[in-house]
Formats: sequence, C-alpha cells, structure tokens
Amino acid sequence: MWNGIGRSRRKHLVNNPTKTIPMSQYSASELWSIFIMQGFSGLSLFSVLLLMALGLAIIFGQMGVVNLAHGEFMALGAYVVYLCSEVVHNHFPALVPFYFIIAIVIAFFTAALVGLLVEWSLIRFLYRRPLDTLLATWGLSLIMQQTFRSVFGAREVTPALPEWLMGSFKPTDSIDIPINGVFVMGLTLCLTAAVWLFMYRSRIGLHMRATVQNRVMSGAVGINTQWVDRFTFCLGCGIAGVAGAAFTTIGSTGPDSGSRYIVDTFLVVVFGGTTSLMGTIASAFGIAQGQSISGFFLEGTMGKVAILLTIIIVLMIRPKGLFASKLRS
Amino acid sequence: MIANTNTQLALSDLTVSFDGFKAVDGLNLSIEKDELRVIIGPNGAGKTTVLDLICGKTRPTRGSVKFNNRELVGLAEHEIVRAGVGRKFQTPSIYENLSVYENLEVSFPRGRSVFGCLSFTDTPDVTERIQRVAEEIYLKDHLEVEGAVLSHGQKQWLEIGMLLMQEPRLLMLDEPVAGMGPAEREQTAELLNRICKGRCILIIEHDMEFVSRIAHKVTVLHLGKILAEGSMEQVQNDPQVIEVYLGH
Amino acid sequence: MNTLYKRLLGGKSGLTNLVVLAVLLLLVLPLSLDIFRLNLVGKYLTFAFVALGLVLLWGKAGVLSLGQGVFFGLGGYCMAMFLKLEASDPVSTKIQSTPGIPDFMDWNQFTHLPAFWVPFRHLPFSLCAVIALPVLVAGVVGFAMFRRRVGGVYFAIITQALALLLSLGIDGNQGYTGGRNGITDLRTLWGWDIRSNSAQYTLYFATCALLIMLIMAGQWLLSGKMGKLLNAMRDREDRVRFSGYDVSAIKVFIFCLAAGLSGLGGALFVLQVGFISPSLVGIIPSIEMVIFAAVGGRSSLYGAVYGALVVNTAKSLFSESLPQLWLFLMGGLFIAVVVLFPNGLAGAWELGKRKAGPLLEKIKSRRRILLPDAPLVSAFEQEKS
Repeated sequence: MWNGIGRSRRKHLVNNPTKTIPMSQYSASELWSIFIMQGFSGLSLFSVLLLMALGLAIIFGQMGVVNLAHGEFMALGAYVVYLCSEVVHNHFPALVPFYFIIAIVIAFFTAALVGLLVEWSLIRFLYRRPLDTLLATWGLSLIMQQTFRSVFGAREVTPALPEWLMGSFKPTDSIDIPINGVFVMGLTLCLTAAVWLFMYRSRIGLHMRATVQNRVMSGAVGINTQWVDRFTFCLGCGIAGVAGAAFTTIGSTGPDSGSRYIVDTFLVVVFGGTTSLMGTIASAFGIAQGQSISGFFLEGTMGKVAILLTIIIVLMIRPKGLFASKLRS
Repeated sequence: MIANTNTQLALSDLTVSFDGFKAVDGLNLSIEKDELRVIIGPNGAGKTTVLDLICGKTRPTRGSVKFNNRELVGLAEHEIVRAGVGRKFQTPSIYENLSVYENLEVSFPRGRSVFGCLSFTDTPDVTERIQRVAEEIYLKDHLEVEGAVLSHGQKQWLEIGMLLMQEPRLLMLDEPVAGMGPAEREQTAELLNRICKGRCILIIEHDMEFVSRIAHKVTVLHLGKILAEGSMEQVQNDPQVIEVYLGH
Repeated sequence: MNTLYKRLLGGKSGLTNLVVLAVLLLLVLPLSLDIFRLNLVGKYLTFAFVALGLVLLWGKAGVLSLGQGVFFGLGGYCMAMFLKLEASDPVSTKIQSTPGIPDFMDWNQFTHLPAFWVPFRHLPFSLCAVIALPVLVAGVVGFAMFRRRVGGVYFAIITQALALLLSLGIDGNQGYTGGRNGITDLRTLWGWDIRSNSAQYTLYFATCALLIMLIMAGQWLLSGKMGKLLNAMRDREDRVRFSGYDVSAIKVFIFCLAAGLSGLGGALFVLQVGFISPSLVGIIPSIEMVIFAAVGGRSSLYGAVYGALVVNTAKSLFSESLPQLWLFLMGGLFIAVVVLFPNGLAGAWELGKRKAGPLLEKIKSRRRILLPDAPLVSAFEQEKS
C-alpha cells in the first residue's frame, strides 16, 4: 500500500509515526495515488460496514429490535471460517483451494441457527420493549465474547486464506489493489443484490414487509407473524455471519472483534435512515470513506473522532437519518 | 369570507397532503361560541386529520386555523393547548398508574413549566376545581381509584374531565362514546350538552342517534372536502350524503 | 412539617429505608472494614451517584442513556485537572524540561499549559466546572434531541456514540489529556493530602453524607407534581403534551440533573481513588452504570445505591478469583435483570416485606392458639416453688 508514496516520505512516516504530513506537502500525483489507495482501503471498510449494517438494518429497521450482540454474530462467522480452515488443512488437504466458499456458506447457516436459538429463547419475550432488548443483547454479547475467549483463546486467529485471494494487482505503477479487498467488495455487492431481490421480489420478503408495516392485518390475512419475526432475525444474523467470514480476508479475529464495529454499524443504520436500503448503502459508503481518508491525514484515532462528531451533529439536526422518507406520523 | 364576530374557530383553505395524497383538501369551516358541531363522514374522509391539524399534531401544507383570531398553525402542541384548545383522543388516553384525583390534578393548568412543576402545591382552588369537575364527569366517588381500574366509559369521562380542568375554549372529542353502552351514552350526551356553555365543542362521531341528540350543527366530510353542512335533518335528507353513505 | 416529612423522607417506609442505609454506610461498614476496603466501598458509592441519576432519567422518565460515563468522566477530569496542576507546581516538577506543567505534557514536548487547562488552577472554577460542564453538555445534546422527539433506542445509540467519541478523543490526545493512562499521581487538594488515611475516612463520610442528602432531595422531587408528571410521561407522553406541558423541556431538565449527579460522582471518584482515565468514560463503563441502576430496581432511589454496591463487590470478588466466570455472570445478570427481575433488589425487598407481613401475623396468631392461657411463670419455676 505504500508503493505510491515516495521513498523519502515513507521513511519520514516510518520514523515519525505521530507526525503526519499536511496535505499541502504532497504532489498532485501522490495525492491522487493516496486517495485511490485510501479509497480502496475505505472500500474494504465499506464492505464490512455494509454487510454488518445490512443484517442490522433488517433486524433493527424492520423489526425495531436492537441487537447489541450483532457484532458477536459477525465474530461467530469469522470463527466458523477459521474452524473450517483448521479442519480442512489438517484432515482434507485436497479441499484446500475450494473450502473458502463453502466455509462462507457454513458461516451463514451457523450464524442463522444461533440466531434462531437466541430469538426463541430470549428476543421473542422482549419485542415490545426495545430498551430492555438493548440491555439483554448487551448481556448476550458479553456471554458470546467470553465463550469465544474460552473456546478459541484470547489471541487473535486467522484462517489460512486460499492462494487465489492473496496478492494484489497493479493497474499502474503507483496503485496497488489487494485482491482480497476486491473479493470482499464483490461478495458484498452480490449479497446486497440478493437481499434486495429477496425483500422486494419474493413472497417471503413481501410477508416480512407486510408484518413490519401492519402486524395485526398481516396476522389477520394468515401470515404467521411469529415465524416471520423469527425468520427475519435469523436472516439478519446469517448476513452478519457472512460479514464475519468476509472480514477474515482483511483482518484477524479475536473475541472482541465484534465490539470493534458495533457502534459504527449502528450509526451507519441510523444515519442512513432505517427504512431505506439505499440509505444504508450510501451511509456505509460515506462513513467508511470518510473515516479512511480522514484517518490518513489526522493523527491516529482523530480521524474516527472527526467522523463520529460529524455523524452526531448531523443526527442532531436530522434525527431520522439522511434518507428517511416523510411518513404520516 | 367575512368572519362572524361570534366565530371562535375558523379554518380557511386548510389542506394537507402526504406524499401527494390530499387527506384534507381546501377545507373552510367555522364554529361559533356555545356551538356543538359534529363532524361525520365515511372512513378515510379526513375527520381525525382535521383534529390533528387544529391541535398541532400535523402541520398543514396550506391554509390557516384561526382560534379567537389567533393563528394556530406553526405553534407547538403545548402552546396550542395553552391557548385554550383541548383534545380528546379516540382511544381513552389517561394515566393508568395515577388515581382519578391525580389525573385531574396533573391536568390543572398551572405549574406547567419545569420550575412550575417543582414548586407546585395543592392549593384550595386546585382541590375545588377537581371536586367540581369530578362531579361533572360522574366520578365524584371514585377520586382515589386508580386509572387502570376504571371501566372503558369511565375512562372516556375521565379524559373529558382532564380537558375540562384546563378550562378550554375549544374542546375537540374524537368518538367520545365509542364502546359505551346505552346508559353511558345517555349520560355522556347529558354531560356534553351541559358543558358547551361558554365554549365550543367539535366532535367526531359515527353513532347517528347520539349525534342527533347533541348536535347543534353537522358537517359531513368526504375525501377531505365538505360534502354538506346544516342541521341533522338537513344533512340526513341530503341526496349526496345518502349516496356517499349508502355507496354504489 | 408533616408534608415536609412525607416529601423528604417518603413516609414511614421511606424513613425505614433511610435509617437502614444510614446505619449501614455510616456505622456498620466503617466499623467492620479496614480503610483499604472502606475506600473501595467509597469508590463504589461514587458510581451510585450515576445510578441515582439513571433512576430519575430511565426508571422514572423512561429515557435510557448509555453514555453517562461521559458526564462521570467530565466531572472527574475537571477535578483531576485541578489536582494535577496543584501537584505539578514548579518545585516538584523541577526535573522536567518544562517545570510547572503536568508530566504527560512534558513527555509530549509541550512548552506551556494549553489554554483550556489554565482556569483549572483555581479551585472555585474547578468545583463549578465539575457540575456545570456535564450539565452544559447534557443541555445541548438533550435540547437537540428531545426537541426533535428523538427518544428510545435512537437516543440510546447516540449517547453510546458520544461516549465513544469522548473516550477516543481523550485517548488520542495524550499531550492534552493524559491519553490512555489518564491523569494520575494526584496528591493534594488545596494543601490537604488526599492520600492519607484520615483524608480517606473524611472523603468516605463526605461521599455518604452527600449521597444520602441527594436521595432525600430526589424523594422530594418525586413526591411532588414532578414525580406524577414523570410517571405520566412514561405512560402516555402524547397526553402530557396535549395537557399543555413542554415535554422536551422536562426531559432536558432530568437529563441535565442526571448529568450533574454523574459529574459529582466522577469528582468524588477522583478524590477517593486518585486517578481518572478514558476507561471510565467509554461505552463499556457507561453500560455498566446502567446495570447498577437496573440491579437495584431501576425506579428505586435506594435501590441505586445497593445495586452499585452489590454489582461492584461481585465484580471485585469474581474478577480476582474467576475472571472467566465473571463475564458470563455479568452477561447473565444483564439478561436476568431484564427478563426475570425487572424490579431488581428493590422489587425483591418489597416482595419480601409483603410476604413477611402475613407470615409474621401467622406466627403471632399461632402462639396465641397454642398457649391460650399461658402461665405467667414458666413450668420450671412452677416446679421450684
């Protein structure tokens, strides 16, 4: 990722990590390369955020359930991929080049199944009490985190990624695009499209939307609203599992990986307006890119602080998010 | 439109549209002092929306609401209430965890600011008004009863009582007898006829028999516009009204 | 006098609660614990201030804030800044490259005190800031949010974001704030050595006294119209608005009140524990503060104190001996308190009193049945004579 920046600049940054160079001191082409590469690293962040936000938007935006353990479902997906990786490498070495895609599918179903268990045992008692759901799912996230810690250890783990995901391709000399980033983006696009098709073009999606908009009437026309809720929750968790699986290509997984992104994900959903899929996409993109680019020019975590501050201020002015449609109150 | 000096409430060209759909369309309506007006109309005619517009719950896209020559559009809900407008909701909206006495006490129009709440004490004029209103709404012997325990009809009366505590000049009631038995309807009709002295009342109702017992004037709403207006007999014999109600 | 008694103490049951708490905090604990443990209890009690605020804000007004750590931290940092400046006088810091400024500023090659630190040289300003700064921030945020009818879950998430924002902001600016390690090595408050045993005793009793007074103030608040209004607001906000109340103003007031209480708790924390860091400001501590209130019984003022004491004691015990188990327990606690025991310890206490009442009656009546004409002298004495 450093390739585009001149040697002397790189050395300066390595030797003085806390002293960033103001934008004005870069040449135009260097700036361009930086933007492109930060843009791409921003795109990886965007993909993860969007995948997480999709699952959360379905659960929160559709059902009004706040699942603070959503990050842990993501971590679950990541750990499942890690497990598959261990099993395949130790017992079925022939499957190594193929296992990754299968692992992603397994991650989806595992997360969805755990989601089913959670919905059945906990969430369904708390539908009318969103604040209580918040606290209960926070407790759940603590339990899940500790389970990961006890089972997998406190150190971070990484599944062995297949060959075709490694490396990068270089369209020009100064731009270096990692393949795993492209893969994650591709996966995200496919999944987003699949979700959209499912929600707006399938029968079950129709049932889901109907239940959310008018529960009583949906029940009256024969839709089993309890099962729709359960299904919606599982779908959201499953998507989080896939997000976790995708996450393994760009970072390592530890017991608290989930909590690292949870607040961002919620802000993405709230910022974009919980009723709109386009809003979620745009919001994830804006926030990820904003963080990535500002993180380069501002010291350390200050980039994130700047973005957080911006989001909060915008939310204070438009609390329903940027893309919420005007509904009859 | 020349306003009658006796007019308390005047809606002019009131319009509200939600994403293109006009729930209320260019409505012109005026109510005089001491009048009891009932708005009737088929479902979706915009009746509840009219009340929402007057009390500030919804903002109109166009038009004005003048109450005692004061423009209400643009004011916050609590400001409109303080201007003398009281609204009763369709489903009884009382404080279930408080007693009848406390429900009425909280509705007393003093100490409504933060500081006022902190320094409020139950002076004799408060107690006196609570007793008076409780008697009006047939709940004199139920002052210590918790709100949740009251019957549906008693809850409706309590809500009317809470509004009466504010001594409103305009009282708006949304289906006040919904869910009441015939005896309770009788009592409610009597109550309403009693309290329209010195104020004007706007009611939405579906029960025609009840309406004919209390209404001074009836307005029929259809698709956001006024279809007919007049006394109950006039309206009942209006051919357009008959067609809309009996349908095609 | 009668109404004052009723309003401040909450009647007979309130008086019992008060006496029990006072005896526990002012007599039982100081006599049975050594100063080290008592200091820990003092620390837990500072969290009770936050829990008290949450009882008013969440239990009574129905507004959940997951960012009370922000206000706790602001109050704490204000106090810590004053104490740090006092401990960084030019004489004791003469080995630094720039004497007279805190050590962490020196490490970051600062040559002078940043502007916003300067007013904290003065005790009156710092003391005012401890309460005023959290109240101001709460006022701004509350006004922006409540006026736009942002409530419930949205509000909770935004308070979380605020907590994250502040903790990251403090963390990433070591020169200005002490960074991740926080502000440490605090010694004296206007010449009075706060690390000595006698000082710790004094601070402990001061904390207890303040807490008890604030509980009584809270009872006064809730026993009047405000209490009924909060109840009504939680029940039917719309109806309250249409009765002519400015609901958002009331919510802002309670939010600011809770913020001020938390700020005070933060300052007392710094005085008793001797440091402050972003680990007390962020998301995790803020949510933990909610659990203190929840365990106590979210709408009970006394419950807040017991909740804070119980959870923190459990945390100390378990995280020493069985750290793995502790997170499971805490997670389980969150779930249990929401699903099984929404009224927490206070609810259990009420239940116990209700069940104990008839049971005591039963025992008394049993004795009367068994011994209707019980002799005034015992059988043994009868035999003797």
